[in-house]
Amino acid sequence: MFGLKASPQEAEAPPELDGDLIRLANVSRVYETKTTETVALDDVSFSVKPGEFVALMGPSGSGKSTLMNILGCLDTPTSGTYRLDGVDVSSLPEDDLADIRVYRIGFVFQSFNLLPRVTVLGNVNLPMAYAGIPVREREERAVAALDAVGLEEARYDHKSNELSGGQMQRVAIARALVNDPAIVLADEPTGNLDTKTGELILATFGRLQQQGRTILLITHEASVAAHANRIVHIRDGRIVDGQEVSA
Amino acid sequence: MNFRDLLAETFSSLSQNKARSGLTILGIVVGIASVILMVSIGQGSQQSIQSSIESAGANLLMVMPGRSGAAGAARGGMGSAESLTKDDAEAIGDLEGVKTVATEQSGNYQVVAGSLNTSTRVVGTVPQEEQVKSIQMESGSFLDERALKRWAKVAVLGPTTRDDLFGENASAVGKEVRINGLTFHVVGVMASKGGTGFGSSDDLIYVPLSTSELYLSGNDYLTLVNVQAEDADVMSTAQQSISDLLLSRHKIDDANNADFSVMSQQDILSTVSTVTGTFTILLASIAGISLVVGGIGIMNMMLTTVTERTREIGLRKAIGARRSDISQQFLAESIALTLTGGVIGILLGWLLSLAVTQFAGYTTEVSTQSVVLAFAVCTAIGLVFGYYPARRAAGLSPMEALRYQ
Repeated sequence: MFGLKASPQEAEAPPELDGDLIRLANVSRVYETKTTETVALDDVSFSVKPGEFVALMGPSGSGKSTLMNILGCLDTPTSGTYRLDGVDVSSLPEDDLADIRVYRIGFVFQSFNLLPRVTVLGNVNLPMAYAGIPVREREERAVAALDAVGLEEARYDHKSNELSGGQMQRVAIARALVNDPAIVLADEPTGNLDTKTGELILATFGRLQQQGRTILLITHEASVAAHANRIVHIRDGRIVDGQEVSA
Repeated sequence: MNFRDLLAETFSSLSQNKARSGLTILGIVVGIASVILMVSIGQGSQQSIQSSIESAGANLLMVMPGRSGAAGAARGGMGSAESLTKDDAEAIGDLEGVKTVATEQSGNYQVVAGSLNTSTRVVGTVPQEEQVKSIQMESGSFLDERALKRWAKVAVLGPTTRDDLFGENASAVGKEVRINGLTFHVVGVMASKGGTGFGSSDDLIYVPLSTSELYLSGNDYLTLVNVQAEDADVMSTAQQSISDLLLSRHKIDDANNADFSVMSQQDILSTVSTVTGTFTILLASIAGISLVVGGIGIMNMMLTTVTERTREIGLRKAIGARRSDISQQFLAESIALTLTGGVIGILLGWLLSLAVTQFAGYTTEVSTQSVVLAFAVCTAIGLVFGYYPARRAAGLSPMEALRYQ
């Protein structure tokens, strides 16, 4: 129990001595409305080493999505620190967080979140446009990313809403990979897919890990979590368990 | 995002809801077209008035009875007072620097020819008027000394009056018109001086001054003395000496109490320019209101778009869009809407002004200035009315935007 919870001494260790890619120390996230106060994350400490494949499991409302949003720099903690590669990002201005999202993190969503009525290549090009990649380099990189997720070339000029769920998720993963991020965050990536397609997507994540990327994946299916090196259980905003899974 | 990306994004998102984009653009089209049209009518009438004043004659000074303000602006009653006589005019003619003097006595009368009739200005004048006002004849001849001496009931028609009484470009010389119930023989028709709408010098009738005094007005006071100076250099000294002469003849000590006014073409031009300038601004501001309404339409559409695309904004932020990327995208959309509306509006306004010239007969003038101004206003509207929606989009929290249903 609580085997992964970092002690305060560890959390305050200087960054250069810290081999973790992701390090959360005593992170809390409280949502306030006029009348109520909801504690979504309660004093979470947690770290991920480069190259790990971690599954976050928990029932709905447990705070796993809040944790994912903080890890993905979409949200900032109410208290505590988040060090990404040694740099405290918990209180960075919004545009600096945007730069982290564009270069270092790739997001994959349960509902794919592709731009409808935009072609496959158009969707994959989008993060490169925000990263300021020159237009002439984009096609080559987009094709490489789509090739890596196994989408056939005949589909490249299809509108995203003309694709099947499995194809859309491949495009979404290609979009997450195209700026070559160190970390891939996936929020129930197989939740809207049938088991067989889900297996293919998970196999893709397995290949990404072999290329040296760090992967964090949210799921509530044990069979999905079984692909990870480590499973972290969350309940009521707290990490209740972290176990190593033999690969 | 570079400029090319921005253009492509803007085009694709605007073309995704063609009906809505089209209607929003229409609001701007109507606004810009009406501004262009109104300004063209205003500037056209200004031009036509100026050209008709300039074509009135070279080195012309006008002496009118009635009081005038110190600034030379027109005052009520000018031209109607009975203070200017033929003796005054003769004395002016003897002044140094004065080449010719032509006296006028005018009034508005109902004029009938056959079954057609019109109400127009009838000017009693002398043969010198032809030279002083640079009148060209289209057919027949101008009034002569003989007609003046014999109180002849002869008339020279302006081309517009001829069109009204006899039909377009009909031959009128030798025919008869009835002015104030009396029959006059038409002896000539003037050539058009150009200029349409108000201020036209094509819509009048000349009769001999003596005839006007005897049969029409029943008095011998003058309503206008046209003075032609010898050349442009003596205009202002002639203006001053006419003024001094009349003051002493009318036994008035203070020039502010003068019962006449002496105006040059320049004085009249500047007075008229002030009036038509105000007129143009008035027309343009009425049209400008519809442009503001169009701008509100843009803002309304952009706010709706931002709400509809909240999830998309969240996604864009999640994959790395900065605040400025998002606000640029929405600003670009609103500017694209207004500029498209502006281009179509300018074309439409220009076509409408051609139609107004063609069918209503007003001179219109679409100036480069008003086109450039329309473009600037469009861009400004796009920026101003797009700013708030764009800021709202850029300020959305990525996490909340992604969760938005």
